[in-house]
Amino acid sequence: MNLKKLAAAMAAAVLCAPQAQAQTEIQWWHSMGGALGEALNGLANQFNQSQKEYKVVTTFKGTYPESMTAAIAAFRAGSAPHILQVFEVGTATMMAAKGAIVPVATVMSDAKEPFDPKAYLPTVTGYYSDVKGNMLSFPFNSSTVMFYINHDAFKKAGLEPKAPKTWKELVAAAEKLKAAGQQCVYTTSWPSWMHIENFSAWHNVPIGTKQNGMAGFDAQFSINSPLHVRHVAMLSDMSKKGLFTYAGRTNQGDAKFSSGECAMFSGSAGAQAGIKKAAKFDWSINFIPYHDDVKGAPQNSIIGGASLWVMGGKKPAEYKGVAKFMAFLSKPEIQMQWHTSTGYVPITQASYDLTRKSGFYDKNPGADMPVKQLTNKAPTANSKGLRFGNFVQGRTVIEEELEAAFSGKKDAKTALDDAVKRGNDILRQFEAANK
Amino acid sequence: MEKRVVFRSAWLPYALVAPQIAITIVFFFWPAAQAVWYSFQLQDAFGLKTQFVGLQNFAALFKDGNYLESFKTTALFSALVAFFGIAISLLLATMADRVLRGAMAYKTLLIWPYAVAPAVAGVLWAFLFAPSIGIVTYVLRGFGVDWNWIIDADQAMLLVVIASVWKQISYNFLFFLAGLQSIPRSLIEAAAIDGASPFRRFWTIVFPLLSPTTFFLLVVNIVYAFFETFGVIDATTQGGPGQATQILVYKVYHDGVKAADLGGSSAQSVILMFIVIALTVAQFRFIERKVQY
Repeated sequence: MNLKKLAAAMAAAVLCAPQAQAQTEIQWWHSMGGALGEALNGLANQFNQSQKEYKVVTTFKGTYPESMTAAIAAFRAGSAPHILQVFEVGTATMMAAKGAIVPVATVMSDAKEPFDPKAYLPTVTGYYSDVKGNMLSFPFNSSTVMFYINHDAFKKAGLEPKAPKTWKELVAAAEKLKAAGQQCVYTTSWPSWMHIENFSAWHNVPIGTKQNGMAGFDAQFSINSPLHVRHVAMLSDMSKKGLFTYAGRTNQGDAKFSSGECAMFSGSAGAQAGIKKAAKFDWSINFIPYHDDVKGAPQNSIIGGASLWVMGGKKPAEYKGVAKFMAFLSKPEIQMQWHTSTGYVPITQASYDLTRKSGFYDKNPGADMPVKQLTNKAPTANSKGLRFGNFVQGRTVIEEELEAAFSGKKDAKTALDDAVKRGNDILRQFEAANK
Repeated sequence: MEKRVVFRSAWLPYALVAPQIAITIVFFFWPAAQAVWYSFQLQDAFGLKTQFVGLQNFAALFKDGNYLESFKTTALFSALVAFFGIAISLLLATMADRVLRGAMAYKTLLIWPYAVAPAVAGVLWAFLFAPSIGIVTYVLRGFGVDWNWIIDADQAMLLVVIASVWKQISYNFLFFLAGLQSIPRSLIEAAAIDGASPFRRFWTIVFPLLSPTTFFLLVVNIVYAFFETFGVIDATTQGGPGQATQILVYKVYHDGVKAADLGGSSAQSVILMFIVIALTVAQFRFIERKVQY
């Protein structure tokens, strides 16, 4: 009878089955929609094809706050992904969750994969390392805030198409543009990121005590300094005179610039791709303006974007795969591919050099402005980044108070004092919850 | 001659209501109890460290001037939504009740918006009124109105009220129409013969007879404004500008879901729960007396 053969075949099948499934799956939750999502999937596919042992499975979980919420819920239910993309604002929350995450430095050293934090730009390393210099998360997509101008609008107003370098020059240009009939003169995306966080770093003044919160959870906000008040008062005044149009708390300003409605605009370096596609006018990307009477300004801007966090409670073999994948992502040519296809900043020196050598910046003038701005000077304690507990709420508070100032409901001093007071309450709450 | 169904079996009636009770317990009582429990705790986002803090979460809320401000915003918002929601649908229902030709088409069109999800309604109105690209904005600009609810608090409030009212009109309309159709024609005809004007007929006959419906809708609309409008707000203003449209339920959502502050968010929802219980009791106690059934 054939029974013996059949039994043998079945036994073989049973034995083989684990082998067929031996590929270890690495779950990666991210927030990259559209073209960015395609670029991200491209990276995962390249890695999956480069080896047989591990398979990175990507899942789009919505916006940054949505993926973070989803991962927190999943962690509470015991089914968190291996890798989670978290926006910079969530860094402190992730860092404080000691049992929920594994520092990237540990993952890499346990798996004996090469990993050199010094390979990254100092502004990037600083943002994602603890005070001892251990990298906690893997820098992935970083951007910074840039300043864009519409050359055609400038020419129409009789101005030389050159970006104002200082806020004084910007106001002067704004008045001329307004006089020439420009409806919306200046707008901004991400008001807190641009006008509080990067503004502070760019002028080398603290956002908060304890090295902007990096040296401990007992930090306090210090965004009501005379310089901050003066800046917000200037913007409120511009708003009253119709020189500044408030667009909202996220990236609503992008469309106002790329449609030609606004002549000047500050927004993410990542906005370039959209502007390139939509703008029917001549434009340029520039350093953000500064107040020229502030000593040491301009310093350097800080990053935004997201990093990859490794979640805790997984099997050693899976961590090995995570380490292999991160080693793959660290390769200069992979970094360059990600940088050039998405517009995010090249975050390692090697990938920056490689991209420059490839001639990409000659063909795409301005594409290296963000890196240049990030590395304008060696970062100080005020300009290497920030780490405030529950900054999702903190940023909302800052934006609410900025709106109160811009709409004339509060004067700049009161608004910023209130932002500090309310922000500190949130920090104390976070401190108490993470004792 | 009382008609009564009597179950012979001791357990059958309980078994029959069991599914409903199970659903109520699992989806209403359990989460509510959990919210009460969490409101006494301080927890980090991942639930790794939990401390019992007693009433500290509540104390923090009542110390926060902005939270108290949020009460006023909610009161204003709910009053506007309930008043306009009821007034407009009453007007539409009385009109639709008179229509002879194509009544079905009118009614269907008026009921339609009820099928739209709050978030979708929010997006719809946000598009119409968008500061740069909205059609209504464009028209308003033609009239010289500077429309930018992103920064103008009153305009933002107006936008969320319009979107929320629009969404609720259909529901109110249905109930008013049913109420109107149950009013005996003879009463109105008698008044008409006595020479009462249509205006007078409405206020002395129709409106008092509709009062049970109006009262019911008042309760429902206030509960709607308190709880169900957060989708509209999330899709449009997200509580801004400043905190101009930050109603209580939206703050619960923002703090709990977006900012992962479970203790604070739970404390807020417990407070909200008490407000709604108090409001409902008050409405039944004081307003119901004036209602004629």
